[in-house]
Amino acid sequence: MSINLQALSAQLLVGLINGSFYALLSLGLAVIFGMLNIINFAHGAVYMMGAFAAYFLLNLAGIGYWPALILAPLAVGLFGMVMERTMLKWIANLDHLYGLLLTFGLALIIQGVFQNYFGSSGLPYAIPDALKGGMNLGFMFLPIYRGWVVIFSLVVCLATWFLIERTRLGAYLRAATENPTLVRAFGINVPLMITLTYGLGVGLAALAGVLSAPINQVRPLMGADLIIVVFAVVVIGGMGSIMGSIITGFTLGIIEGLTKYFYPEASNTVVFVLMVLVLLVKPSGLTGRAA
Amino acid sequence: MTTITENAIPAPRRTVKDEMVAFAIMTALLLVVPLTGVYPFFVMQALCFALLACAFNLLIGYGGLLSFGHAMFLGTAGYCTAHALKVWGVTPELGIVIGVVAAAALSVVTGLIAIRRQGIYFAMITLALSQLLFFVYLQTPFTHGEDGIQGIPQGILFGLFNLSKPITLYYVILAGFLLGFLIIYRAINSPFGEVLKAIRENEPRAVSLGYKTDQYKLLAYILSGTLAGFAGALKVFVAQNASLTDVHWTMSGEIVLITLVGGLGTLFGPVVGAFVIIAMQQYLAGFGQWVTVIQGVIFVVCVLTFRRGVIGEIAHYFKRSL
Repeated sequence: MSINLQALSAQLLVGLINGSFYALLSLGLAVIFGMLNIINFAHGAVYMMGAFAAYFLLNLAGIGYWPALILAPLAVGLFGMVMERTMLKWIANLDHLYGLLLTFGLALIIQGVFQNYFGSSGLPYAIPDALKGGMNLGFMFLPIYRGWVVIFSLVVCLATWFLIERTRLGAYLRAATENPTLVRAFGINVPLMITLTYGLGVGLAALAGVLSAPINQVRPLMGADLIIVVFAVVVIGGMGSIMGSIITGFTLGIIEGLTKYFYPEASNTVVFVLMVLVLLVKPSGLTGRAA
Repeated sequence: MTTITENAIPAPRRTVKDEMVAFAIMTALLLVVPLTGVYPFFVMQALCFALLACAFNLLIGYGGLLSFGHAMFLGTAGYCTAHALKVWGVTPELGIVIGVVAAAALSVVTGLIAIRRQGIYFAMITLALSQLLFFVYLQTPFTHGEDGIQGIPQGILFGLFNLSKPITLYYVILAGFLLGFLIIYRAINSPFGEVLKAIRENEPRAVSLGYKTDQYKLLAYILSGTLAGFAGALKVFVAQNASLTDVHWTMSGEIVLITLVGGLGTLFGPVVGAFVIIAMQQYLAGFGQWVTVIQGVIFVVCVLTFRRGVIGEIAHYFKRSL
């Protein structure tokens, strides 16, 4: 079989981009799960809201891509914090599964409302002028925007890792994950930290949404199927480690890209098949602790 | 940490008498439905979903395992029964058997994988597995992709009952539902069911008492998946089609919703929930996507304020177990 390097590297790039989104989303899921003990089913919906926020900023207020990159995650993160304060907070002491059911309901509401007003088709969002065009790397043509998405996502992932693993705030956060009562006794406002953590996780998802808007178009259901793949990513990687989530996310994206080239029929299912294999070999996930 | 069914299960005054009376009332009501002029198609559809939700409830209510992928059993049995009836031209009873066997085989395979993790991971794994199957069915030719299998002949059951007559079909579906319901009732009132409840309450303790908890959970999963498949096979005769909506994750969500509304871990809750949710879908069919929004609102309201569900609240009020 002769390998078409041009096509292969194009699929690899698509894989890397999807991997960036998997990493950003599974990172947020892991951070939220650590603090709130909730699997945020609404993660796909807030990813979609991030893309729509960028769309609204551009079309209603004339605010472009660069400010949107900060404003959209902030707005959606704030929305997430309101959800946490008004709803998620009340089920904190119940079984984890109630959190899954509640956020599933929230996802249905959010996606349903957007579908009502925008249907199911995609809305275009233009690539910002500074990132238009491409570079010829010799073996492939690299659209600049796609390269930007991969590099920027990687930077954000690593910054989040640094924030949680290497700063004082992150130390409080990790301590509160282990023993919230004790951390509270030291005078740290744990409920506020929980709210901020949920906001951070949701904001990361919204950021992924903004990044994907120029590539995948803005659609009400853009996050609905994605979140199920991200769940599989989380099962494969385990939620015990931040770095683990990042590496697993990017790796699976690359594997998916390779599958698209070598055996396209399986590109939709390869992540799920890998999940099955990992469960058979190492049920606790690649980096995870037994749960 | 309270478990998901702790506040759903009322004071453990389980009396067989209460359940018998409730069962008799339910059966009597369902027997006279065709005489009341209620649209029989609606009731048959609700019965299929009721059986499906009862099967799902066996797993969550008595085993503590939340499956977010039960649509895969509904869809798999539906496709296999539909294909057997339409392409192979088999009799209805054989068609049902083929669908149920397919669902049973699927539940063995997926059960061995999913049972390796618990709680939240179990939910995510079952969801991912059913999504895997969704893509498989989207691509394999025998399901006819987006079109689904249409115009399925209903045939003559056991060479006696002509299923194309609505009244005959109704009583056959009702008999199927009651059979499935009684199997579940028998399972949860058996020593097997007691062990299952023990595992739900305190798994390490059940292990230390010498129970191989994984085997019990797997068996419960297989029983649940097989009965969900039975519901899927019956549904083929009612809807006369099998399509991708039956394997989609939204269907799995609907099954969860039905059980949640009726009452997790209650015997009759899923039946009531099925009638409530299917009726709601019928009446709101013209409102498009608002149905999804309303379903979401029901989810949120149920989780925040109404965790016992309809039957759970009634049972709690009368301090009975239903």
